[in-house]
Amino acid sequence: MKKKSRILMLVGALLPLFLFVFPLWNITLEAPQYPTPLGMDIYINDFADMHPHDIKNINLMNHYVGMKYIPESIPEFRIFPIVIIIMASLGTVLAFTTNYKWFLGWFIVMALLALAGIYDFYLWEHDYGHNLDPKAIMKFTNPDGTVMGFQPPLFGTKDILNFRAHSYPQLGAYFLAAGMALTFISYFVGKREKTSKLQ
Amino acid sequence: MKQISKILFITAILSLMISSCADVNKDKKITDGALGSNAAEKVYVAPGEHDEFYAFVSGGFSGQLSVYGLPSGRLFKVIPVFSQDAEKAWGYNEETKPMLNTSYGFVPWDDAHHPDISQTNGEVDGRWVFINGNNTPRIAKIDLSTFETTEIIEVPNSAGNHSSSFVTENTEYVVAGTRFSVPVPQEDIAIKEYKGKFKGAVSFISVDPDHGNMEMAFQILLPGFNYDLAHPGRGTSHGWFFFTTYNTEEANSLLEVNASQNDKDFIAAINWKKAEEYIKQGKFKTMPANYAHNVYDEKTHTATSTMKKEVKVLDPAECPGLVYFLPTPKSPHGCDVDPSGEYIVGNGKLSADLTVHSFSKMIKAIENKQFDGDAYGIPIIKFEDALAGVVSQAGLGPLHTEFDGKGNGYTTFFISSEVVKWKLGSWEVVDRKPTYYSVGHLMIPGGNSRKPFGKYVLAMNKITKDRYLPTGPEVTQSAQLYDITGEKMELLLDFPTIGEPHYAAGIAADLIKPRSKKIYKLEENEHKYAVKNNENVRVERDGKEVHVYMTMIRSHFTPDNIEGIKVGDKVYFHVTNLEQDYDVPHGVSMIGANTSELLIMPGQTETFVWEPKQVGVWPFYCTDFCSALHQEMQGYVRVSPASSNIELSWSLGED
Repeated sequence: MKKKSRILMLVGALLPLFLFVFPLWNITLEAPQYPTPLGMDIYINDFADMHPHDIKNINLMNHYVGMKYIPESIPEFRIFPIVIIIMASLGTVLAFTTNYKWFLGWFIVMALLALAGIYDFYLWEHDYGHNLDPKAIMKFTNPDGTVMGFQPPLFGTKDILNFRAHSYPQLGAYFLAAGMALTFISYFVGKREKTSKLQ
Repeated sequence: MKQISKILFITAILSLMISSCADVNKDKKITDGALGSNAAEKVYVAPGEHDEFYAFVSGGFSGQLSVYGLPSGRLFKVIPVFSQDAEKAWGYNEETKPMLNTSYGFVPWDDAHHPDISQTNGEVDGRWVFINGNNTPRIAKIDLSTFETTEIIEVPNSAGNHSSSFVTENTEYVVAGTRFSVPVPQEDIAIKEYKGKFKGAVSFISVDPDHGNMEMAFQILLPGFNYDLAHPGRGTSHGWFFFTTYNTEEANSLLEVNASQNDKDFIAAINWKKAEEYIKQGKFKTMPANYAHNVYDEKTHTATSTMKKEVKVLDPAECPGLVYFLPTPKSPHGCDVDPSGEYIVGNGKLSADLTVHSFSKMIKAIENKQFDGDAYGIPIIKFEDALAGVVSQAGLGPLHTEFDGKGNGYTTFFISSEVVKWKLGSWEVVDRKPTYYSVGHLMIPGGNSRKPFGKYVLAMNKITKDRYLPTGPEVTQSAQLYDITGEKMELLLDFPTIGEPHYAAGIAADLIKPRSKKIYKLEENEHKYAVKNNENVRVERDGKEVHVYMTMIRSHFTPDNIEGIKVGDKVYFHVTNLEQDYDVPHGVSMIGANTSELLIMPGQTETFVWEPKQVGVWPFYCTDFCSALHQEMQGYVRVSPASSNIELSWSLGED
């Protein structure tokens, strides 16, 4: 087996490590009273202010409708970094020791984990937007009479009362996606390398 | 008969034509006015857009400094400086009361005069504005990152602090010259002993280049004239300071006559670099003094007042080369130096002429020792020897001159009520425009520096009479904005001012805007009684003194209910605004408190004192509409009889 696929696999497995440097996701809230929007960067191990004190100000805003404060930490912040480190190490070992079929295996596992992560994010968002304090200062209902939720979109842009909420992946997520794409390609490159070797 | 009716008919036609012609002319006149010249367009700043310049306009007898935008003339803020301001609790809350302390005790008002912006290399740098209090001599410094007064220094041996607060070209010093000469040191003597006994002190207050801290560096004791206005040298004349004088007659009564007898008074040229040398050589006398130095600390959000006990004084008779007199007609008022530093303009208030002295000629005369005698040991330079030129018969009552940096001077004429534009060098009048009415100062943004932004001139009027809707006997003063980009000046706008504007300082907004603070950082709050989280909220009793450590955030106080307060207690409410968002101040006020509200910016702590006199339950509330739940932002204090033994307790949110 030639080097090319191994290099692709190695780079692909290491790119997700940028998640320790760059945010995975961002939620931004725009409103007329906020000429500088409020925003939160989500890292694999932290919620961070986009501008100083943004999270505090989001919490202040959200307490009117009974939303919980964005927590200092969540269990995922311990799990995600471990998962990324394990997957990067595993990928590195695979790149040096095994054949291309394992590369696809790594990709599939990573894809499943990513999906699980997105589902987990959705669950958190749903709880954050719907599990409201019964003593909420202001209670809003949908046209059908049900209690209005304030869940930010999983992906995209959505109007929530006077706010426009944007939820989009950030640089860290792009590195993760690029890494995964490279490992997927490495499978095919490896396969082709093997065929050409046989000929 | 037919003839007559024919004539009548023709007359009727003609008159119709004439009147319709007149209508046409009327319409034309309108298009030739504001719309024709686009004056309205030139001052229109669309909603949400920002002005190009800040103008800091002195409030005169209001004691404050107002902040306007140019060219729109919109008022943004009135910065409390020398006068108590109940709106902002300036001089009412415990933190800022020391700012108004003087050697005469607490003085809650002053007559604010001449703002000047700090400079670096002769250009306005937008770090601080200085302004003088005229009545009880003081100089204040306003920090332009917070737009708050952060320092006030009293000026000893001085009375009527008028020829100030102008800065040298690297803000080495801000000066304070006395308008009224007084006995120095003060003593109980007959007023008739004025001549020779009274002295005029000019003070040089050093400014720390990093922190801006002011210190009384030294004073020069000049003869007993009235020191009216001043300007620093710049460029070639950097190192010198020029003061106009009047009453060189040294009259002490009916000055309007007795101080107007000499054909010429003086501009005092002071070599302050030389003064520094004399100070270094120890040629000063240390005089006992008593003056307040008040500093507001941005970290503790608290001011302290310190009494200073001595001042270094130089006597010009013992310091050759320190001061020279330039004879100048007649009772000159404004003393202005052009951007190059070569020309020193004496605005001869009682003369029709402007006298322009040449700095280089003055230096030459000094080198050649061509003097015309002396006054109290101070050499007088011959009028002709330093004369650069005269702008003759330009108007009546010249007061002040500013420069556009393109070779033109602009002078206000109080009596003929106009601004006159003239050329430096040829001294010819180029243009004149009326003001409405009786203009005093004028200001070109940066016009007091080496590099004016020569786009607008702002004229500040003493009288408005019929110019605005009447408001009873007291009507507003005003400022008028002229476009000076063309050969002829063009009146664009006039707008009312706060108090009577004596001078203003202007600067490009871009030099200040990026540095303007949005909040005070809570983690940097070092106020003695600050509480930064609700765990530390408490109420403590120390005898009859009670200290409430309270917080505020949208939309509640913590605590909101307090019990155990007694009649006769002195209750200090120390209130911290926990917000860290732009433009979310909270206010607080207590029913019957003999003081003002507090208006507390995010991250700041302020204190008011309440001395409950009646038993009962008394509410307090937030005075700044802070949020949708502002009306719910309130609390109660239960006041029990002095003899009661109810323990202190406090709460929030318990049902």
